[in-house]
Amino acid sequence: MTKLLEWVAVLGALGAVWLSLVTNTVEFGFVRQYPTAVFYSPVIFVGLFGIYAIIVVLYRVFTFNDCEKAAAELQEEIVEARADLAKLGFRFK
Amino acid sequence: MRNYFFGLLAILLFAVLIPNLKRDENKFENSGKMGKESKSSEDKYSILLPTYNEVENLPIIVWLIVKYMEKSGYNYEVIIIDDGSPDGTQDAAKQLQKIYGENKILLKPREKKLGLGTAYIHGMKHASGNFILIMDADLSHHPKFIPQFIEKQKSKDYDVVSGTRYVGSGGVYGWDFRRKLISRGANFLTQLLLRPGASDLTGSFRLYKKDVLEKLIKSCVSKGYVFQMEMIVRARQFNYTVGEVPITFVDRVYGESKLGGSEIFQFAKALLYLFATT
Repeated sequence: MTKLLEWVAVLGALGAVWLSLVTNTVEFGFVRQYPTAVFYSPVIFVGLFGIYAIIVVLYRVFTFNDCEKAAAELQEEIVEARADLAKLGFRFK
Repeated sequence: MRNYFFGLLAILLFAVLIPNLKRDENKFENSGKMGKESKSSEDKYSILLPTYNEVENLPIIVWLIVKYMEKSGYNYEVIIIDDGSPDGTQDAAKQLQKIYGENKILLKPREKKLGLGTAYIHGMKHASGNFILIMDADLSHHPKFIPQFIEKQKSKDYDVVSGTRYVGSGGVYGWDFRRKLISRGANFLTQLLLRPGASDLTGSFRLYKKDVLEKLIKSCVSKGYVFQMEMIVRARQFNYTVGEVPITFVDRVYGESKLGGSEIFQFAKALLYLFATT
């Protein structure tokens, strides 16, 4: 099963549950009390997920390691490499 | 009743949020310490270096590879696949062959610039190792991580070991906020849609079993850097095991790198293609 089909299957199942609730095919006390909340629940969930996504991505951007040390080490090693290679007879262009 | 409903929503949100925020942070603390004792003598690692105009970086990267591989004691060879660079990269490679020996440094040039996938196939034809390590020659990938890749592979006999910038001690140097945001955003979206079982999809610092790499290349259709993403997604599709090692990515010491609109478009196209086909 491709990822696309997996998504279609899961969203289809959730959509079926939602439809059965908003059309009152399945009777639920909760639905009768809050029909608007149930009707807009897909939008609410998408919105909440959007907020979640923004928080996670921003958190990961701000905690993305800046490898200052690795960069400095590399610069030192480049100097070392050039000196050693020159000693071994390498002619740099 | 209304409070109950929103309370439930909040609990649901935090239940998803909290474990995901710091996910994977500690998963790799053991990497680098494992498997040192089991040094199999028949394993050989062929390091493929595709180059184009890398006359300044090639001697440095080869020197670093030799330094860290000699220290680790693993059996290895370096295969330079140069796509007809006009800047004298091949002359530099020939000088390095004289210094380190033609059995350690192999030069397998091609006439003109061709795709990355075909470069790997070309290099593999001449590889005598049973493992293939792929890395960039522009010094963004540091050879000090290669022994860690090998130890990680040995620890659980992984089919693929991938370097990752996104986990644990991994990271980047020389990226501004915009670049980081695009990278993290694209990664989040890809993880959501493809669930590939690897955290770094577009990186190209990886160790493969030779037959695994052959099969992956044959099944991949993309070009350019998206090719790396397809390789790891196909690996999941074929149920290959993937290990990860945190790496530091030092962006282009010499020269400059780009991330423009066309790269993002290419990425989106590849993402949708893989979403619909794997």
